[in-house]
Amino acid sequence: MSTAVAEVPVESRIHYLNADYGVKSWLFTTDHKRIALLYLGSITLMFFIGGAAAVMMRLHLIEPAGALVQPETYNKLFTMHGVVMVFFFLVPSIPATLGNFLVPMMIGARDLAFPRLNLLSWYVYITGAAFTLYALISGGVDTGWTFYTPLSSHYLNTHVIATALGVFITGFSSILTGLNFIVTIHKMRAPGMTWKRMPLFLWSMYATSIIFVLGTPVIAIALFLLGLERLFHVGIFDPAIGGDPVLFQHLFWFYSHPAVYIMILPGMGVVSELVTCFARKKPFGYIFIAYSSLAIAMISFFVWGHHMFVSGQSVYAGFIFSALSFAVAIPSAIKVFNWTATLYKGSISYQAPMLYALGFIGLFTMGGLTGLFLASLATDVHLHDTYFVIAHFHYIMVGGAVMAYLGGIHFWWPKITGRLYHDGWARFAALVIFVGFNLTFFPQYMLGYLGMPRRYAVYPAEFQVLNVMSSAGASILGVGYLIPFIYLLWSIRYGPIAGANPWGAKGLEWETPSPPPTDNFEEPPIAAEEPYGYAEPEHAHV
Amino acid sequence: MSESAASGPLALPRESAHSASPALHHQFEDIEQQHDASNFGMWVFLATEMLFFGGVFTGYIIYRSLYYSGFAAGSHGLEIDLGAAMMFVLLASSFTMAMAVHAAREGKHRPLIGFLSVTIILGVAFLGMKFTEYFHKWQEHMVPGLNFHPALESLRGAPEHTVELFMCFYFFMTGLHALHMIIGIGLLTVMAILAWRGKILRENYNRVEVSGLYWHFVDIIWIYLFPLLYLIGGRYK
Repeated sequence: MSTAVAEVPVESRIHYLNADYGVKSWLFTTDHKRIALLYLGSITLMFFIGGAAAVMMRLHLIEPAGALVQPETYNKLFTMHGVVMVFFFLVPSIPATLGNFLVPMMIGARDLAFPRLNLLSWYVYITGAAFTLYALISGGVDTGWTFYTPLSSHYLNTHVIATALGVFITGFSSILTGLNFIVTIHKMRAPGMTWKRMPLFLWSMYATSIIFVLGTPVIAIALFLLGLERLFHVGIFDPAIGGDPVLFQHLFWFYSHPAVYIMILPGMGVVSELVTCFARKKPFGYIFIAYSSLAIAMISFFVWGHHMFVSGQSVYAGFIFSALSFAVAIPSAIKVFNWTATLYKGSISYQAPMLYALGFIGLFTMGGLTGLFLASLATDVHLHDTYFVIAHFHYIMVGGAVMAYLGGIHFWWPKITGRLYHDGWARFAALVIFVGFNLTFFPQYMLGYLGMPRRYAVYPAEFQVLNVMSSAGASILGVGYLIPFIYLLWSIRYGPIAGANPWGAKGLEWETPSPPPTDNFEEPPIAAEEPYGYAEPEHAHV
Repeated sequence: MSESAASGPLALPRESAHSASPALHHQFEDIEQQHDASNFGMWVFLATEMLFFGGVFTGYIIYRSLYYSGFAAGSHGLEIDLGAAMMFVLLASSFTMAMAVHAAREGKHRPLIGFLSVTIILGVAFLGMKFTEYFHKWQEHMVPGLNFHPALESLRGAPEHTVELFMCFYFFMTGLHALHMIIGIGLLTVMAILAWRGKILRENYNRVEVSGLYWHFVDIIWIYLFPLLYLIGGRYK
């Protein structure tokens, strides 16, 4: 990735890509924009690794008895898919790439507050990824991405320690990124950039960073204790020697549920930018969208128990967690209503980023609403650990987070590279992804409702039709992800020059040339007007 | 931050604004913004640390209520005098740390180096006492996982695995704390060397302040660990 980007054709203007050449200039850079690209390359690699595991799972599930691999291998596949996709792709996806690139630019700063910490976070991420990939190559791990004890601490002899260590280490890269964003947003806003003039993307980054900083250390501790138990055979979580397995689940989900919002909040921020730009309108209820990000971050810390309705948690605790889980749907719904209200009477254009944004709104709504089924105590007993859960969180994480991530990449790609990609291909890919996604995961709702449990390598024959549909959808989805990979790389060298603001979008990042100079702005920027000052589009409707 | 940027150096090329102070990093407008950012950054980091320790504290409290007798027996076996001495050493080091920050702010080099050195010595003394206690636990065969064959009287009638769990938390919590102490001592050593070389100026004295924040935080952790492990519940007849 890095060398390909470094070979952008020579232009007369000096910008962050051609300010310096060579491997060293990338590996020792403290420029937030270059670090964003380092992250982009690494998480793309991890995305394809995690995706390969998913492809093999879907191929395996074409036949009821399993078509491809041994059951043990199947367990390792879904574990690797989950671990890699959650901790090494989704969590860092938007914050570490688009966030890294845009946070300083959107507030009009030259860089993040701590550029060297930012580079350190990438190295920490790479170290963690190396441990996890080592576990993958040397035989894999089959705990599931949740590492539940005592299965993980006592009964398995796969590479639990290496994988958990990888996740543990990578957590610190999230903490460093979150810390950097919080300080940068508090202390480095340009003159005139008040809190209420900040782009909504920044509010979502801020909310995400709070979760990074407060949630991640708890999973670090949980995994550390798991490692201790495994190495020294002391009964922390294993009930056979006096431990409490539910405590592990509490500690794990205290991070991992808020982590769901780490994955979706940045996507919501991206969609807020895309919807306003391509509807040419101010966001409906700016302050509601902004504060709902903070509300989601807050409430997300108090809903973790809904993963444990059937784990032996007390029923009264279940009541409370159920009610709180419903409460977190409110700020999420506020956002959806505000986006649709923003679209209302907007002058909408359907360029590729907007297609992703619209896809996001629909798919996220479905994922969110089915989440309410799972937050209800009674229905959850029926649906727990079935494919319904799989479908629900893939609608949030793939239909939501990945769609928004791709939309954001398409939206800011001209800013990042200075080049435009082929719009027709981009719209086509967005459509393929949307169709492939729904074909993959909608049948899984039905499978789960009919009672097919997750994490099994075999299933009864009557589920075959829906499973084949799902596998067929997955192959379409896979092709859909490959197309942007190809035309985006192509555009780096051959795409037409984009100019500073190809979309006619508002925001400080569009006022500087593309690609931006190393210091981001040629003149120190001033936020002189309200955000999203799009001209009112009445004339478009005459 | 915004006022100064808006009034004065806005029109100036950035390089000239920077040449004003070599301590100013390129991403900041002025030294005050830089101080604010690094102090605030340390506070955010300490929030992370709080949740980090919070996870273990939660685990400790849950198991203490589940296995009271084992935790009481384990706590009884700890050396309360040594623990109290460690606390006084750490509190004294917090005082000298605060004095070091004061000296740095006033730009007084000799007191700065002196106070930093005393703080480092106190920190090392703390670790010395800590490892003495670890060594005693090893001699008593009270190290879970590696060497756990406790004498019958040290169990005080509690099931062996519950005492082992207490010792597990004891080593994990104090070990994590000791790790933070080692990092803190390293940090202060760097500060002392910088001060020795005359690199701590009035413009960047806040490095010492930020290190001090960290040091005080590590002290506070011990202020909670000491009663939790040594004092409560364990002192029954």
